[in-house]
Amino acid sequence: MSELKSIAETEAEIVDDFSLFDTWEEKYEYIIDMGKRLPVLDDQYKKEENIIKGCQSTVWLTADYRDGRIYFSADSDAVIVKGLISMLIRVLSGHTPGEILNAKIDFINEIGMMQHLAQTRSNGLLSMIKQMKNYAIAYQAVSS
Amino acid sequence: MNVINEIVPTLDIPALRREFPVLDVRVNNKPLVYLDNAATAQKPRTVINALQQYYNGYNANIHRGIHHLAEQATAAYEATRTQVQQFLNAGLREEIIFTRGTTESINLVASSWGRQFLNKDDEIIISTMEHHSNIVPWQIICEEKGARIKVIPINDEGELDLEAFYKLLSPQTRLVAITHVSNALGTINPVREIIHAAHKAGALVLIDGAQSTPHLNINVRDLDCDFFAFSAHKVYGPTGVGVLYGKKEILEAMPPYQGGGEMIAEVSFEKTTFNELPYKFEAGTPNIADVIAFRESLVFLKNLDSELLHTHEKQLVDYATQKISDVGGIRIIGTAASKAGVVSFLMDGAHPQDVGVLLDQQGIAVRTGHHCTQPLMDRFRIPGTIRASFAIYNTLEEIDLLAEGLHKAKKMLL
Repeated sequence: MSELKSIAETEAEIVDDFSLFDTWEEKYEYIIDMGKRLPVLDDQYKKEENIIKGCQSTVWLTADYRDGRIYFSADSDAVIVKGLISMLIRVLSGHTPGEILNAKIDFINEIGMMQHLAQTRSNGLLSMIKQMKNYAIAYQAVSS
Repeated sequence: MNVINEIVPTLDIPALRREFPVLDVRVNNKPLVYLDNAATAQKPRTVINALQQYYNGYNANIHRGIHHLAEQATAAYEATRTQVQQFLNAGLREEIIFTRGTTESINLVASSWGRQFLNKDDEIIISTMEHHSNIVPWQIICEEKGARIKVIPINDEGELDLEAFYKLLSPQTRLVAITHVSNALGTINPVREIIHAAHKAGALVLIDGAQSTPHLNINVRDLDCDFFAFSAHKVYGPTGVGVLYGKKEILEAMPPYQGGGEMIAEVSFEKTTFNELPYKFEAGTPNIADVIAFRESLVFLKNLDSELLHTHEKQLVDYATQKISDVGGIRIIGTAASKAGVVSFLMDGAHPQDVGVLLDQQGIAVRTGHHCTQPLMDRFRIPGTIRASFAIYNTLEEIDLLAEGLHKAKKMLL
């Protein structure tokens, strides 16, 4: 059986991590750190069709489908968005289309980062989640 | 020489701040430092009260009602028109048209004047530093008419290249549409020279005053501009109200912008005759409440010493430029000799949005992004900037907080 944690388990893990932080500085330093650690997306993937354009920052998202599971890679020119992306990838990547489609993704709210989803026009994060689900729909259709 | 009792007049900023209730708000458990005034300014209590008084006391549709409330509302609405006329030093009340904002004012001219007077191969001159609102309406009408847009270049400081402008002027030039103060850079443009040269070439001039009205004294007769557009909400008034000033003879020659109530004289199914100025351009029920409250913001400004306000605002811009630069690794975008209200900048190695998010966590409101001036950002080869913009109620202490906030953001991001 796969040692991969369920989406809900990973979400709970992140919420747990954040519960250790007392100040906004700690929270954001953690996110920035994760943003910096997210592997840089190879330039070949930074093409027009992978762009999720926000008004201010840009997100690139690409997906791979192997053995019934989706693996996401993404990047952004803004590091806080990149940190949030990194968490989304940690939560969703490696799961089946069905699991991804059913994911609630509540952790962003629970760690107090909802404002970044509301800023949909400026950072494209909400569109990115939609796009991840779109990949799941597409791969589900391919595999059935 | 009497120096002993000489009183240097100063602004009582704490008293001024008390007139703006929202300035007491706390953001993320810190006192709000509001430095996004170029987007919209906060409103004094008198403006907020006027809105409430109108709805509580005399809400009615204006101009044709014969009852008491309608008369009271009409009088208040028209009193704002007179106040705006004085604010701009326009010659006539009917030269003041109420719109929804600067954007609509410019669209009104592009659509109405453009439809009537623009022909194939005519030219409209704008500049590199225009807001999209002073670009797109001209693109739309030019495309429709087969006319062309010419663009005045700027130098690295963010100042217009006037020599290039003079060369762009030609017998084909019908209109020059130019911003008075740049919303992204703060540059104050030499509109007097531009208007003079344009008129000599036989062209009209529209001034986008959205960013100049909060910071400069405006005198449309002295400037001799043909159109002047601005928004109430940037001069401490309500949102949803704009003004178009136009010279009477030009407005009279223009066809109506929209059809409907208010703007007609007589309607039959064969033919409609239009109402006179300014009502010809104010179709439908206008934004009565906000227009009425707008007067209060102009009265508020009028009761302050504008010289003192301008000195204070200049001090804010100079001090901010210094303090922001001192953070280190900062590039100021827009270093014109003559600036008002705005300091735009970049932090090396940091995305403007990241800096903005971290400032917001500290209760500091700035704007990040391209400020609806993408061609200008392209000119500087940058995706956007961080913009701090100032109003009369801002303080030097708030700029110190901004500098501290930037230090912190820099430490966290780099």
